[in-house]
Amino acid sequence: MLRDITLGQYYQTKSPIHELDPRVKLIATFAFIISLFLVNSYVGYVIALIYLALAIGLSRVPFSYITRGMKAVVMLLMITVLFNLFLTPGELLWSFGVLRITREGVVIASKMAIRLTMLIIGSSLMTLTTTPNQLTDGLESVLSPLKVIKVPVHEISMMMSIALRFIPILMEETDKIMKAQMARGADFESGNVFKRASNMVPLLVPLFISAFRRANDLAMAMEARCYRGGEGRTRMKPLVYSSKDYIAYLVIALFMFMIIAAGRLF
Amino acid sequence: MMIRSSDLVFDYIKRDEEGNPCGSVRALDGVSLDVEKGQFIAVLGHNGSGKSTLAKHFNALLYPSGGTVYVGDMNTMDDSHLWDIRQTCGMVFQNPDNQIIGQVVEEDVGFGPENMGVPTEQIWERVEESLRIVGMEEYRNSSPNRLSGGQKQRVSIAGVIAMHPECIVFDEPTAMLDPSGRREVIRAARALNDVEKITIILITHYMDEVVFADRVFVMDGGSVVMDGSPREIFSRVDELEHLRLDVPQVTLLAHRLRKEGIELPEGILTRKEFIKELREYISRKENVTKA
Repeated sequence: MLRDITLGQYYQTKSPIHELDPRVKLIATFAFIISLFLVNSYVGYVIALIYLALAIGLSRVPFSYITRGMKAVVMLLMITVLFNLFLTPGELLWSFGVLRITREGVVIASKMAIRLTMLIIGSSLMTLTTTPNQLTDGLESVLSPLKVIKVPVHEISMMMSIALRFIPILMEETDKIMKAQMARGADFESGNVFKRASNMVPLLVPLFISAFRRANDLAMAMEARCYRGGEGRTRMKPLVYSSKDYIAYLVIALFMFMIIAAGRLF
Repeated sequence: MMIRSSDLVFDYIKRDEEGNPCGSVRALDGVSLDVEKGQFIAVLGHNGSGKSTLAKHFNALLYPSGGTVYVGDMNTMDDSHLWDIRQTCGMVFQNPDNQIIGQVVEEDVGFGPENMGVPTEQIWERVEESLRIVGMEEYRNSSPNRLSGGQKQRVSIAGVIAMHPECIVFDEPTAMLDPSGRREVIRAARALNDVEKITIILITHYMDEVVFADRVFVMDGGSVVMDGSPREIFSRVDELEHLRLDVPQVTLLAHRLRKEGIELPEGILTRKEFIKELREYISRKENVTKA
């Protein structure tokens, strides 16, 4: 059903990873991504892989569920790998016409493939184990130091959570408008890509008008309920660290240490 | 005194493409009315009569172009009281989807108290209490998208109650609901008035919803044209029809029968009353013929 769509596909289950504070998961994911680009040796990759496998095991999210999310980015991955494979200069291994594969190209392409795969799996593990709500709350809290340089952190996270709340509503509305126009003979299904795209225009206009109207109504409703930005606001569900979260931070620190050590030694 | 407006005038400013004012439409034209604490007030009027514009003045979403509005003893023009006014006089809007902010029912109810800076523990108390009042406790962890229209509107009401207002303005809360949703919302509004003693101002164009009000204001063309108890208002059927307002069916029936020479009193509001009056009339008639 359209109305059940959530961004980032949260996987509902009970696990130590699900119960972690969203801030921990955000920082862990960030650290993991950075480490992937710091690492340049296969030993480093093995460490990262063990760490990732451990996290997946603890999260109790089925592995097939995680790889399902990979399908969307396979094309991107392929293009990156192919570019690296064919366009890296160096010691020639194989050539056919303009296509040349070099030893360096093979190494860089395979490293790139490993990095990107782990990066995608790592970050989708975060969205799979964290509700969109927690994610926006966590983001607001993690980014709050940026308030010093006048970044509207609270407003950004409020916008994100409102956007998430309105996705299903606007989806339903799109569906309604589409049906109303199909009933009057509009055609959204035949023709080539460009034809179909231009057929969507009469769909977008009413959708945008309605979205603006909704935004206006919502802003008024928020003001009527005393909303005045992040200042002086208390929280119904404040983020509080527990001992689990400190342990997780320790594990992350240990992992970063191992990655850096591996970089030095190998 | 809960709300007092004196000679309230409001102009919607029209702007040209550069944003310069190029004319105005008078939406409210000299509205003076008083609302007592604890009353259930209904404001009636057809589309464009200015009733929603009036409602938005009661919690300082719009400011008067002329005249004054007082909420309690606070003038809505005085910016220093803005948030106190909005807390004192809450508002429930027409479209249930466009006023729910949270992705989970209980979070939405907590939104108002969060904005007011209420400590976390008390927010939970208020949320619990408000959900209980509107009878939505069992849905506290549901997504608002899965609720029916009437349930969504009850969540919106809970969101306002959680701010502990003294007065709630309902701006056509039932216009987008089916009959059973309408009943749910009106029942909740009446319970708030009866049990919690909250002043209710119900803006509507459904006549059958105002039967229970303590006082009814009828608006047309930006001013109050009729004012009185529901019985007084509904005994003026011809005037109401002239204002393009529907009269409850029983009232209309009684009125037409009266015109045909059947002596029923004016301003019959409920079916029960109608039956009672008709029986009495019939027995009167029988007595006359016997005699």
